[in-house]
Amino acid sequence: MSVWGIHSMAKKKESGLKVPTAPSRPGEEADFGDWPWKPGNLERPDPAKCNADDTVPHAHGLVRVLGNDNKASGAWNPELSADRLREGLEHMVRLRIFDERMMKMQRTGRLSFYMRSLGEECVAISQTMALEAQDWIFPTYRQPGAQFVRGRDMVSMICHCIGNVEDNIKGRQMPVHYSYREGRFISVSSPVGTQFSQAVGVAMASQYKGLDEVTITWIGDGASAEGDYHYALNFAGVYKAPVILNVVNNQWAISTHANIATGGDEFASRGLPYGLPSFRVDGNDFLALYAVTKWARERAASGAGATHIEVLTYRAGAHSSSDDPGRYRPGDELTKWPGGDPIYRLRDHLIEIGEWSEAQQDELNERIDGEVMGAYKEAVEFGDLANGPYPSADTIFTEVYEEMPWHVKEQHDELMED
Amino acid sequence: MPNMNVIQSLNSALDNMLEDDPDVIIFGEDVGYFGGVFRTTDGLQKKHGSHRIFDTPLSEGGIAAIAFGMGINGLRPVVEIQFADYIFPAYDQIVNEMAKVRHRSGGEYWTPVTIRTPAGGGIRGGHHHSQSPESQFTHTPGLKVVYCSTPYNAKGLLISAIECNDPVVFFEPKRCYRGPFYGDPHNVPTWTDHPEAEVPEAPYRIPLGQARLVRGGSDCTVIAWGAMVHVCEQGIKDSGVSCDLIDLQTLLPWDREAIVGSVQKTGRCVIVHEAPKTSGFGAEMVASIQERCFYHLESPIERVTGWDTPFPHTTEWDYMPGPGRIAKAIHRVMEE
Repeated sequence: MSVWGIHSMAKKKESGLKVPTAPSRPGEEADFGDWPWKPGNLERPDPAKCNADDTVPHAHGLVRVLGNDNKASGAWNPELSADRLREGLEHMVRLRIFDERMMKMQRTGRLSFYMRSLGEECVAISQTMALEAQDWIFPTYRQPGAQFVRGRDMVSMICHCIGNVEDNIKGRQMPVHYSYREGRFISVSSPVGTQFSQAVGVAMASQYKGLDEVTITWIGDGASAEGDYHYALNFAGVYKAPVILNVVNNQWAISTHANIATGGDEFASRGLPYGLPSFRVDGNDFLALYAVTKWARERAASGAGATHIEVLTYRAGAHSSSDDPGRYRPGDELTKWPGGDPIYRLRDHLIEIGEWSEAQQDELNERIDGEVMGAYKEAVEFGDLANGPYPSADTIFTEVYEEMPWHVKEQHDELMED
Repeated sequence: MPNMNVIQSLNSALDNMLEDDPDVIIFGEDVGYFGGVFRTTDGLQKKHGSHRIFDTPLSEGGIAAIAFGMGINGLRPVVEIQFADYIFPAYDQIVNEMAKVRHRSGGEYWTPVTIRTPAGGGIRGGHHHSQSPESQFTHTPGLKVVYCSTPYNAKGLLISAIECNDPVVFFEPKRCYRGPFYGDPHNVPTWTDHPEAEVPEAPYRIPLGQARLVRGGSDCTVIAWGAMVHVCEQGIKDSGVSCDLIDLQTLLPWDREAIVGSVQKTGRCVIVHEAPKTSGFGAEMVASIQERCFYHLESPIERVTGWDTPFPHTTEWDYMPGPGRIAKAIHRVMEE
C-alpha cells in the first residue's frame, strides 16, 4: 500500500488518456474533403455597428471572394483596381523569389538559418496593403512580406539575414528576425505568441493618444495555445482596442497539427466569447483577406474596437531550414489542400478579367529574379556568414541599456583589449 | 558497450524509465510522433504508445501546470521545454508551484516532475536559442538543478532526476548533443571513441549532488558544467598548468565537499560558465569557496563567463568563453 492511500486501491485499468493524432501521417493519403464554403455566402455587416454575435456565421464559415472559376463575387469583393491587384501579385512573387534565394544562401553556408513564407505570401502582403501607412505592424517570422509593401530596401533585408556589417540590428538576432522602424514594422522575437498581446498595448497607446492608428498582429495556430493569445483577446475585448488580431492557421506548428492546438476544429470562433467580431477567411484569396482586413481597419478607426480573424492557409514548406516535414506529414498533402496557391489564384483571376497574361507573368518573374539577384550581389559585398566580415564584437555591449553601466563597460574593455 | 551520443543516451534513459515505471509519462512540443526537434524522443511513442509519450499544445506554462497536476496525483512526468529560452512562460508554475508545494502543504503533496531542456550556445541560435538560464532556477529553494555534459553522465543523471521525488530542472548542452565541443567551431568532433560515450543499455544512476573529477591536477582547480567542461579541457591543455577539472553536474544542491577539497589542495580556482557573470552560479560558488578555503587560497578566484549582455547571433564566438580566455585566467591565478 502506497502513500497514495485510496487512489492506489482503485482498480487498475487500461489507460484512458485521449491523445489526438494528425489527420494523416507519412504513408497515408491526405484528405481535406471539399470546402462547403462559396463566395457570396456571407454578408458584410456594418463595421462600426457590428457585434460579436453578428459574426457567428462568419466565424464558423469562410469568407471567400475568388471562386474556383477565378471570378470575384459577393458582398466582400473589395472592387480593387487592376493596378492594385498587379501590385499585390508583384509583392507576392517578390517574396517567393526572395525566399528561394535566401534558402539557397542558407544551403551554401552563407546564412545560418532561414524561414520561408511559402504558400502564405498573401497573408502579410494583402493585409498590409489594406492598412494605412501610419498603422503599426507587429509580425511573427512569417510576415516579412509586409516590409515590401512598406517599401523596405531588399539589400537591407538580406544584410540582416546574413548578419553582416550592414545588418541594421547588428548581427544580434537570427535571420528573419527583422526590425524596420521606418515602416512601423516592429522587431520580431523568437518566443512564439509574445507579440500578440503586446500589439494590443501598441493599439491602446494609439487610442490613448487619440491618433488614427491601427495595429495589426499575427500568431500561428500552434502559438494560439500560449497564454499571450488569450491575454490579447481579453484586453482587446475589454478596452475595445484598435487592433486586428490574426490567427494564421497554416495547420502545422513544426510537427504539431492544429488539432493539438485546439480541441475544436476552428480558431475564428474563439474570439466570440471575448466579445470580438470574428471571421474565418480564405487566406490564399487575396481579395477576401484584403476585404476583411479593410473592414477590421474601418471598425477600429470608428472606435468600435478589435477584430479577430482566422486566416486559413497551409504551410507549404518546412517550418524552417532546420526542419524536415517529410518525417511527420504526407508528401501529397499540399496537392490535396483545397486552398491552392495564393500567387496562382491572383494571377489566374487577373488573366480571367483580361488584365494579365502568361507572358506578362513570365516577364514579371524574370524581372523580380533579376532584382533579387542584384540585391543579393550587393548585400554580400558587405560580408556573408561563411566569409565575413562580421559586425564588430563591440556590438555585443552596446544598446543593452540606453547608457552602458560600469560593469558592462568593464567587460567590453576586457574583450576589446584582447 | 554501445557508443552513444548525448541524444542517444538521453533517449536510452527515457526508454528505460518508460519500460520500468508505468507512472513515467513524457510530453512536450513535438516530442511524440516526430520524436523532438533534436530527436531525443525518437521512436519512443511508437514503442511505448501515445498515452505514455505525446505532443502538447505550444504552451510551456500549460505543460508545466499539467505536469504539476499529474505529479501530485501519483505520476512521474518528464516534460521537454524545447529550448531553455522558452521556459519562462512556465516559470511561475516551476518557481511558485512545483518548487513550493511540498513545503506549503506540510509534506502532504509533492510533484516529482523532471523538466528537460536544451540550453547553451554555439549553434548560431541568437539570444532566443542560446541562453543558459541555470541561475534563474538555482535561486529557487525546492528545485534541484542538473546540467549534464557527456553521454555517460546524461543518462545516469537523467535517471536519477526522474526517480527523484523533488522537481528537477535538467539542462542539456545542445552544443554537445552530437559531439564534445572544445571551443573551436570549425573543428567539432563526434562522440565516437570518446571514453564518456560508452553508455550501458541498462539503467544506471549518477547520484544528484555529486560532482565529477574530469582530470586530476595539482596547481589549480577549474570548475565548469555543460559544454564548458570540454572547453575547459582545451583551455587547461593550452595553459600547460596542472589542474583539477571538476564537472559540477548538479548545481543545486552542489557538491561543496568535492570543490572545497580540491581548492584546499590547489589553493587556486577558476570557475567557468556560459551564462552572464552577474548573479551567475559562479558567484555563489566563489562566496562559498572563500568561506571555507580563505586561508588556503593563494590568489583571488577568477570567473570566466558569458558577458552581461544578451547572447548575440553573428558574434557568438566573442561571447562564449573559449579556451583562450580560460587559459589566461588560469595563468592569472598562477601568477599571484
